[in-house]
Amino acid sequence: MTPRQRRLGLVIGIVVGVSIAGALALSAFRNNVTFFFDPSQVVAGQVPAGERFRLGGMVTKGSVQRAPGSLELHFVVTDFAHDVPVSYSGVLPDLFREGAGVVAQGRLRSDGTFVADEVLAKHDEKYMPPAVAKSLKRRHGEARSEPGS
Amino acid sequence: MRWTWFHRLASPPYLYALAARLTPWFAWPAALLILGGLYAGLVLAPPDYQQGEGFRIIYVHVPSAWMSLMVYVTMGVAAAVGLIWRMKIAHAVAASCAPIGASFTVVALVTGALYGKPMWGTWWEWDPRLTSELILLFLYLGFMGLRAGFDDTQRADRSGALLAIVGMVNVPIIHYSVIWWNSLHQAPSVMRFGKPAMPPAMLVPLLVLLLGFTLFFAAVLLVRVRAEILQRERATRWIGETLRA
Repeated sequence: MTPRQRRLGLVIGIVVGVSIAGALALSAFRNNVTFFFDPSQVVAGQVPAGERFRLGGMVTKGSVQRAPGSLELHFVVTDFAHDVPVSYSGVLPDLFREGAGVVAQGRLRSDGTFVADEVLAKHDEKYMPPAVAKSLKRRHGEARSEPGS
Repeated sequence: MRWTWFHRLASPPYLYALAARLTPWFAWPAALLILGGLYAGLVLAPPDYQQGEGFRIIYVHVPSAWMSLMVYVTMGVAAAVGLIWRMKIAHAVAASCAPIGASFTVVALVTGALYGKPMWGTWWEWDPRLTSELILLFLYLGFMGLRAGFDDTQRADRSGALLAIVGMVNVPIIHYSVIWWNSLHQAPSVMRFGKPAMPPAMLVPLLVLLLGFTLFFAAVLLVRVRAEILQRERATRWIGETLRA
């Protein structure tokens, strides 16, 4: 084996070794790496009990209910397998809307309601001009709900 | 296979002259593509149906983030070549990449924060994508700091190269972070299976800017490699002869 081949082997060894170490570490800390839990994980009891965590999913269409005269708000977060009701009082990001992604931070109350103290909007990777979105909406006949305000 | 072209690149006087000749061939197309792409993206492209005019920040954010990864891959490959073939010029290329890559990473992080506040409702979250991109910045800075810690160029080259190669594992982690884990950041719109998730009127300016940023990186890299060669070869005769000529 020439010295060059030995150095090549060393470099490949480093890359493989660090990749394996990284993969093991990331899979061991999976729950810490993940930014939010989805409703199925919450319903299955995989979330840290009594601690603050983030809940992410879609805002169920037609589920947003506002208490008149206040910032209080109730909606349902779904991953299309399970639902979690959320209550929140505060300012919403502009992109918060029914049928779109949302990430809420807070605690799970004993009755199964998630009490959020922060709500972030998660938009998807699709970009399109307003006219295209409008004609898509017309063709599908299903309303993409208007902004929550 | 003939490798003579590759071995000739390892000669500092040859690469010094070649880099000078090539620089304008990258710099001018880069300037034209970036100016044209910015005009197309910021003025001509239609607004987004949800994000409105604010989505236009992707025309700076996405190319910068893309370059922050591509420059790191270039740096890591150059460092590996330098380590395996004992090629000083490759180490010079790796050293020249780091400040450029760090700058692109800062631009990606800052534009991302400016984008995140109106769209998501937050400047910063410890999200997998955001955190791994921040680690990338620390890898660049660590690489530069480690190199600066050695007086001896050869030892700086070898230690820096090891760090650059170890840091390569972060590149796929950044790219796949939004797929492997739940993330606030959306999935890739362009680099995905199937058609890109945007119409040509929005996509074309983005692709033009990606190409423009890539050529800009090549031009800046060539200038920096020449400076690095001057620094490393300052005691040699050919430098004196070249500079007098």
